[in-house]
Amino acid sequence: MPTITYRDALNHALREEMQRDDRVFLMGEEVGVYQGAYKVSKGMLQEFGEMRVVDTPITELGFAGVGVGAAMVGLRPIIEFMTWNFALLALDQVVNSAAKMLYMSGGQYPMAMVFRGPNGAALQLSAQHSQAWESWLAHIPGLKVVAPGTPYDAKGLLKSAIRDDNPVIVLEGEMLYNTKGDVPDSEEVLVPLGKAEVKREGSDVSLITWGKMVLVAQQAAEQLAKENISAEIVDLRTLRPMDVEAIAASVSKTNRAVVVEEGWAVAGVGAHVADFVQRECFDDLDAPVLRVHQEDVPMPYAKNLERAAKPDAKKTVAAAKKVLYLDT
Amino acid sequence: MAEKKASDQNGATGSVETAARGDAALRRDLLRQMLLIRRFEERCAEAYAIGKIGGFCHLYIGQEGVGVGAISTLRDDDYVITSYREHGQAIARGMAPRAVMAELFGRVDGCSKGKGGSMHLFDRNLNFLGGHGIVGAHLPIATGVGFAIKYRGGDQVCVCFFGEAAVNNGAFHEALNMAALWKLPVIYLIENNRYGMGTALERASAINDIAERACSYDMPNEVVDGQDVLAVRAATMRALQRARSDSIPTLLEVRTYRFMGHSMSDAVSGTYRTKEELEEHMKRDPIVVLRLMMEQGDGWTEADTSKLDDEVKAVVQDAWDFADASPEPPIEALYEDLLVDTTS
Ligand SMILES: Cc1ncc(C[n+]2csc(CCOP(=O)(O)OP(=O)(O)O)c2C)c(N)n1
Ligand SMILES: [Mg+2]
Repeated sequence: MPTITYRDALNHALREEMQRDDRVFLMGEEVGVYQGAYKVSKGMLQEFGEMRVVDTPITELGFAGVGVGAAMVGLRPIIEFMTWNFALLALDQVVNSAAKMLYMSGGQYPMAMVFRGPNGAALQLSAQHSQAWESWLAHIPGLKVVAPGTPYDAKGLLKSAIRDDNPVIVLEGEMLYNTKGDVPDSEEVLVPLGKAEVKREGSDVSLITWGKMVLVAQQAAEQLAKENISAEIVDLRTLRPMDVEAIAASVSKTNRAVVVEEGWAVAGVGAHVADFVQRECFDDLDAPVLRVHQEDVPMPYAKNLERAAKPDAKKTVAAAKKVLYLDT
Repeated sequence: MAEKKASDQNGATGSVETAARGDAALRRDLLRQMLLIRRFEERCAEAYAIGKIGGFCHLYIGQEGVGVGAISTLRDDDYVITSYREHGQAIARGMAPRAVMAELFGRVDGCSKGKGGSMHLFDRNLNFLGGHGIVGAHLPIATGVGFAIKYRGGDQVCVCFFGEAAVNNGAFHEALNMAALWKLPVIYLIENNRYGMGTALERASAINDIAERACSYDMPNEVVDGQDVLAVRAATMRALQRARSDSIPTLLEVRTYRFMGHSMSDAVSGTYRTKEELEEHMKRDPIVVLRLMMEQGDGWTEADTSKLDDEVKAVVQDAWDFADASPEPPIEALYEDLLVDTTS
């Protein structure tokens, strides 16, 4: 099986879906001539031409709205945000237009479209460029939200997102673009939306996570294994709709849960997971649900402070030990 | 300079004027539509007062010439998208008064199944892309409709109605810039009724001739008398021609006036505008302007008007009765149409 980067996995997903359906087009800043701010759309302008790989002005609200309008009349836009930090300017179109059009029109206007781009922190980009927005987006009924953590999931989830008749948010990771993984090229890679995957089986503690934090959970699980602690990693992959059955199945096995998320804790997705676990898995639990997350501050620039602010394997290991009462 | 540009690009002004004037039958139909909307809106005010309509409800009284005039020039396969003040455009586009009234009453037979209400009237069969409640937000959506038309190589046009207050919003700039940059077949139609809620245009915009905003985008533009439905038709036809044959967008500033408060909770006059100002503007009622024209040129009589009035009042009464009899949406509808079901 070929090993490819997360970036190429996304590129292949985009190309395959645009070859398959000529209603699909890609629009955003620097997607064409520049070949993508992160080179995800490399070669696509040459392959599909400028009507289908559309460079826009720096006008997030505007081109998100263009996508909504095009979707209303039957095209299937993929709107790329250079990063989700800049998508804040477009949130009105995502939240007030895309997410609600079907509902407020009484079912007349489906929004088959994708909003995608890198989410969360990279390295030393500081406060305005290092934010994980999934809790804002997963909050909204009418959207689907996915956060792939591996090249295989990146390809499979993006392809499914493009084929879905609903507005789907795809949260990628700048720090993930260069990561590698096995992705078959002989078969169609489609990952169903709304299905979690157990990325590592274990019996002592469930690490529930998604997106970039899958890598952090994997590092933590390896360190825990050295201390004979068997961690199970539940990669949610889709945050809305959330595969709560997968969470319940894992917690019923391990009786302990730690949620690892990239963003801030207050009103975060992890709070929603913890709420579900306490409600539906109460009798299974042997310890409170703990959360690992970004410190409650804007991202600082200095290397040491940035490191201190981010969730990492060490913090995850500590939380796992705490729910196992091994922290003393 | 800006105004010249619009007419420069249209050599056939004379023939457009003639087509816009139409014949007596067309003028009768325009009068009927405006009168229907007027009576419809009056009954909405009544229904609101007794609690049959709730929420925000923005009436179109005084502005009927704009929606009726512009929409009367469109083809069935063109697109219309509007702000929340859209009962008039919906009816002008051909939506049944029954379906509109039922929507306002929050009933299952409403055009949006009772899920949208006054601000969110939609009808896919009429390419009526909805009423939108966030000021300015539907302008980029209209740009996207124009993009899709061009993408498919069609010759339809999207007409986008919005209030003058939206020109101060960033979405206006983003939408018009892209439409001009990419040459998209969209008509951005400002209904300049001089106020955004209680804020007069001069208190919100650094320039008062807002059609000139189009110069920033090198976009053809025109100032239009919105109380003259035939003038609105003529200007829209000129813009349509540019859009259909050359895929060029236009900004139309249609000057009008609303005779009612901003919404049902707003007094007609008093705080931000005087009674005198209101009365002055009400002298140029679009219905009266056309009726007088017809009385002078078409042999139209007072008796014809009262007959027409009786007819549209009956249509509105029928819409009211229909809406009143229509059931509330079933409670299962709460979770319907949230997402397209992709499991099957
Ligand atoms: C972005 C946004 N801000 C504020 C409002 C509240 N609001 C609703 S209508 C309105 C005035 C709009 O005036 P205008 O665009 O001239 O349209 P008109 O009501 O005169 O038709 C305001 C401020 C809103 N709906 N959206
Ligand atoms: Mg106004």
